[in-house]
Amino acid sequence: MSDDILHLGPRGFTNRLFTGTGKFAANTLIAPMLAASGSQMITVALRRIDSSGRSENILHHIPKEVTLLPNTSGARTAEEAVRIARIARAAGCGDYIKIEVITDMKYLMPDAIETLKATEILAGDGFVVLPYIIPDLTLARRLESAGAAAVMPLGAPIGSNLGLETKALIAQLIETCRVPVIVDAGIGLPSQAAAAMEMGAAAVLVNTAIATADDPVAMGRAFDLAVRAGRSAWLAGPAGTSHTARASSPLTGFLE
Amino acid sequence: MSFYSFIERYRDFDFTGFFTSVDEQAVRRTLDREHLDELDLLTLLSPAAGGCLETMAQKAHRLTVQHFGHTIQLFIPLYVSNFCANHCAYCGFNRANAIHRRTLSLAEIEAEARAIAATGMQHILFLTGEAPAATPMAYLLDAAACLKRHFASVSIEIFPLAEEEYRQLRQHGVDGMTLFQETYDETVYRRVHLAGRKTDFRWRLDAPERGARAGFRAVNIGALLGLAEPRRDIFLTGLHGRWLADTFLDTEVSFSLPRFNRTGTAFEPTSVVDDRTFVQFLTALRLFLPRAGITISTRESASFRDRLLHLGVTRYSAYSRTGVGGYAAAEDPDSRQFEITDTRTVNEVIAAIVAGGCQPVFKDWDTIG
Repeated sequence: MSDDILHLGPRGFTNRLFTGTGKFAANTLIAPMLAASGSQMITVALRRIDSSGRSENILHHIPKEVTLLPNTSGARTAEEAVRIARIARAAGCGDYIKIEVITDMKYLMPDAIETLKATEILAGDGFVVLPYIIPDLTLARRLESAGAAAVMPLGAPIGSNLGLETKALIAQLIETCRVPVIVDAGIGLPSQAAAAMEMGAAAVLVNTAIATADDPVAMGRAFDLAVRAGRSAWLAGPAGTSHTARASSPLTGFLE
Repeated sequence: MSFYSFIERYRDFDFTGFFTSVDEQAVRRTLDREHLDELDLLTLLSPAAGGCLETMAQKAHRLTVQHFGHTIQLFIPLYVSNFCANHCAYCGFNRANAIHRRTLSLAEIEAEARAIAATGMQHILFLTGEAPAATPMAYLLDAAACLKRHFASVSIEIFPLAEEEYRQLRQHGVDGMTLFQETYDETVYRRVHLAGRKTDFRWRLDAPERGARAGFRAVNIGALLGLAEPRRDIFLTGLHGRWLADTFLDTEVSFSLPRFNRTGTAFEPTSVVDDRTFVQFLTALRLFLPRAGITISTRESASFRDRLLHLGVTRYSAYSRTGVGGYAAAEDPDSRQFEITDTRTVNEVIAAIVAGGCQPVFKDWDTIG
């Protein structure tokens, strides 16, 4: 499927499984997980990056060909998210940024208002902005207008492994948004990732389910297979639905 | 708005009667629940739950891995002063105790900071006794700013302050606070806190709330196990944590479970919490508040701490000195607050964490301006 490219910012991605660097038992698992999964985009929290040399720099475990997606984890306001993004860019982490503004430590739900504000500022500042949100259609449309490169609706709370609890709402976004819809958070099993892709999601982001599996490398591979299966199914046009327009009905064409 | 209403509500609660009524079936029912309420926590803290420890531990381990991954955050404490105007019967710093008292100058704090930073540590907790004359606000603000130049995260474990004072500390780089209520039992509290500002139970109880309101992103609470009846104290610690987490949604709440260690006083605790009961408390708190951090200090032994890695803990101190300073220059054994038990170096603690299948995390915060 080398011509099925997901365009985000200046780059095209042939692998629709995005991954994360959090929660691993050791950072040395990250590179083999990336190799096994083929993931081409990985998130990292700026708050975890230690460039002082005092402890190991997590970035050293990420191969150069994988796109870094720094996230603004820890930001409680748009202003903090914007500062984190700028610091990440200045530190050489690139122009991609995942906006994560969370003011609820209980369920880790993203703050819509601060996320929108941060998107407006950062998109205007040349960032490729991927905002993490609750699947809210009007919010997603506003983020599009503000210049977001994609929207990242959660399937379920971070770390919950509950799957697509918000399926009906994600479906609305997939149907209506013009930017790619990347399901992020809550995906606990490869079958859930496949389900998201079958629905028409452009990609999925999986962190906890891979990092906390008994064998994260093997689980990364499993998720890759599932994402490919789901994407193939979507492109094959599952019976009863069509993602391409049909100009005329073949059943009644003879009447013309 | 105050947690004190919970103290009042449970002051005359028949804990003994409740514990007697809990059987294994009740414990299993609680363990099957997703979301635990207050009486579920009390059920898990009851003697009967001690028989279900392995089940509690397995669930606690799963929840911790789910929410925190296989990571252990590291921090290091720095006592900047041991002057104290309080007379707390159990504490090595109490004003009646003849120990060598001193307060670090800013130059000394700078030297300590450099020595500590060389160990790789990035999160520091600075502590004082309660003597505002020795450590006035201006000194605390300067200390915070100095430490912030060397560390990604600066927390405080000092005497209770007003909300505005916490706000000033936050503006000077402090992002979290630790404060132990010592005991939530007002009668025992009165008995062990004999003189000084610390006799004010309410002022201390409401301090974490003031810190959260002032904008600290992290608040760590606990009770000194052994002062009063420990199951009640852990119960109220858990409720205090949940109340803080529900009232201040954007604040990260964490628990410590300090067990009484030898100090330079003749104080004997009313009860001793054995290892089995300690693990019951630890796992019960994890099940009650799955996203709360759990901090274990060097009060606990190396071998015990290594075992705790998979039982719900998320944060460890390492290489601690409980006397004033002690990192740049040799520690003065006559200035300590309590005896530590885990005396390993930072590298030894890292090796143990890695051997336990976990990733030591030095840095989990940053300065963004």
